[in-house]
Amino acid sequence: MKILKQVAEYLEKGDRERVYELTGQALEQNVSARQILDDGLIAGMKVVGDRFRKHEIFLPEVLMAARAMNAGMDLIKPLFIKEGVTAIGKIVIGTVYGDLHDLGKNLAGVMLKGAGFDVIDLGNNVPAQKFVETAEKENATVIGMSALLTTTMMEMKNVTNLLKDKGLDKSIKTIIGGAPVSEEYAKSIGADAYAYDAASGVELVKQLV
Amino acid sequence: MRPTIEFLGKNLIQQIVSEAYLILCTLGIEIHNKNVLEMFSDHGAKVDIDKSRVIFKEDIIQKALKSAPKSFKLYDVNGNETNDFSGYNVHFTPGSTSINVLDYKTKQIRKPVTDDYINYVKVVSQLEHIASQSTALIPADVHENISDSYRLFLSLLYCEKPVVTGTFTIDSFEIMKDFQLAVRGSEKALREKPLTVFSCCPTSPLKWSDVTSQNVVDCARYSIPVEFISMPLAGFMAPVTLVGTLIQHTAETLSGIVISQLTNPGTPMLYGGSPAIFDVRFETTPMGAIETMMIDCAYNEIGKYLGIPTQAYIALSDAKQLNAQAGLESGIGATLAALAGINNISGPGMLDFESCFSTEKLVVDNEICKQVLRLVKGIEPKEDFPALPIFEELLKEKHLLISEHTRKYLREEHSFPGPVINRANRARWKEMGEFTLEERAHMEVEELVNSYKPSTLAEDTKREIINLMEREGKKYGQTSLPDRY
Repeated sequence: MKILKQVAEYLEKGDRERVYELTGQALEQNVSARQILDDGLIAGMKVVGDRFRKHEIFLPEVLMAARAMNAGMDLIKPLFIKEGVTAIGKIVIGTVYGDLHDLGKNLAGVMLKGAGFDVIDLGNNVPAQKFVETAEKENATVIGMSALLTTTMMEMKNVTNLLKDKGLDKSIKTIIGGAPVSEEYAKSIGADAYAYDAASGVELVKQLV
Repeated sequence: MRPTIEFLGKNLIQQIVSEAYLILCTLGIEIHNKNVLEMFSDHGAKVDIDKSRVIFKEDIIQKALKSAPKSFKLYDVNGNETNDFSGYNVHFTPGSTSINVLDYKTKQIRKPVTDDYINYVKVVSQLEHIASQSTALIPADVHENISDSYRLFLSLLYCEKPVVTGTFTIDSFEIMKDFQLAVRGSEKALREKPLTVFSCCPTSPLKWSDVTSQNVVDCARYSIPVEFISMPLAGFMAPVTLVGTLIQHTAETLSGIVISQLTNPGTPMLYGGSPAIFDVRFETTPMGAIETMMIDCAYNEIGKYLGIPTQAYIALSDAKQLNAQAGLESGIGATLAALAGINNISGPGMLDFESCFSTEKLVVDNEICKQVLRLVKGIEPKEDFPALPIFEELLKEKHLLISEHTRKYLREEHSFPGPVINRANRARWKEMGEFTLEERAHMEVEELVNSYKPSTLAEDTKREIINLMEREGKKYGQTSLPDRY
């Protein structure tokens, strides 16, 4: 469909206004929210992701595209319930208790939103309890945790343990990131995934939901 | 502001030049070429034909310096400008004339063959930060009498970039000039748009051989640019001090300038060289020594003082493999050379005292060149004043990744290396295959060889230079040239 192709093209260019307008026009033409999401917005983001991986474009362009995606999402989201469309996924993110470093977590948040996820950002210094409670309350299926310090990364284990204690570790998956953590550490604390950067985190979360 | 570096200062330069004049006008220079000696005699210099010695006169030197062009340009085979040798402009060119290549697979050195040369040219044609090609290897699979012209032949056939080259004999000049006339179409066109620079080397101390002095004359007759490669060895064939070596380098280079400008005033020249300190422990001439690089940068200052664009063999290494020594010596050399404003920086790709070429090293050095070219662009304010608005934006948005200011200046302010330089975090580097620098460099070489697109030089011209080369080969009993892929 021509209009959806245009949505994707302007999304690739990071043109928020045009994506918003074109999404509106598509709705007026009775294109379904599902189709706009799949063949317009997500299709455009896929191209952006591929080009980013090949180093043809850099982070600013990806984030511009993500912002354009959000503009389109604002219009189609209200229709999801009516159409029975489920969002691609809901994730709770935050920097763990005792740690105020939220740069990487913020970047992950922006990129997850850009990929179409519903992101609940709890900010920094987030206690284990709060991660789990929020995920339960909001029906999120993934918790994303970040830490910059070797002293605070231990907090991540409190979250995975709490999920296990509550019997939620099958329904709520965990992903961790940050300078001191690693694939091995993720395994050792029973986290489901480790991401070495925000872009790879988005791909991993897609597999987790 | 463009960052620069200086070693000498005007007073010291003047003293060095003045001592070099004294040497030329008192001790003179040995020139083993009768025609050149006669030319000096015709211009009033004191010439002792039997001893092949010329005692210069100050006015001849001054006249030569006056007619020397202050700048000149190079153009590719299609006539597009590629190099502007003026002011503090810097351009990189691969090291030249190695007798060996470092074989990636065996890690051993061996004699280069035609395929190695073609691979090299395919790679250099695509390296963005290396402005010209050089005849970097001496293919050993052709008759030795054509091994110099054959390099230029392959270069002109496969790569559009101008060529830094040179002849090994007097006779070879003819065909190497004819290739260029074929590319440009006429002598006039070649004079207007130089395609090559010929390296012409005096012999330390204070000598010119028959071949090299004749090369200077031959190039001048066609206004083909030359670079003088004086090679005093501090502590061996030159005084041990850096200043003493500079005096010798100045005298030898000035003598070349006079030969060129007496032949044809206005011939473009590069004030170049390949001096070195002499390592008295290993009896070697380390190009990667910091003192060698200091001499290079310093004679470049003298060249600038005399008003002539400059060249140096710097940005190379004496390492035997593509290792940390290769990186550090080439990196320091390239950085100093660019800061000093050496106009033509020769060296990328070269190892082992200028005797061994590595195409893998060339692609690594291309990354050094990229960073160094960024370095000399310096630091300039770009909508940074007043500063409050951008900081207000930062505090409001929490990051500046998609700020208009970022998007406008990102690629101007930051340079992004190619795949040879790995900037991924450890986990991603592991995921990418944990490749070492050497492996990444080899993958890049293979990638470039595969992505090579043939030169757009007119097919008729290609045919013409093939015919010229085949004819030249037959003169020396080479009935056919090696296969080219």
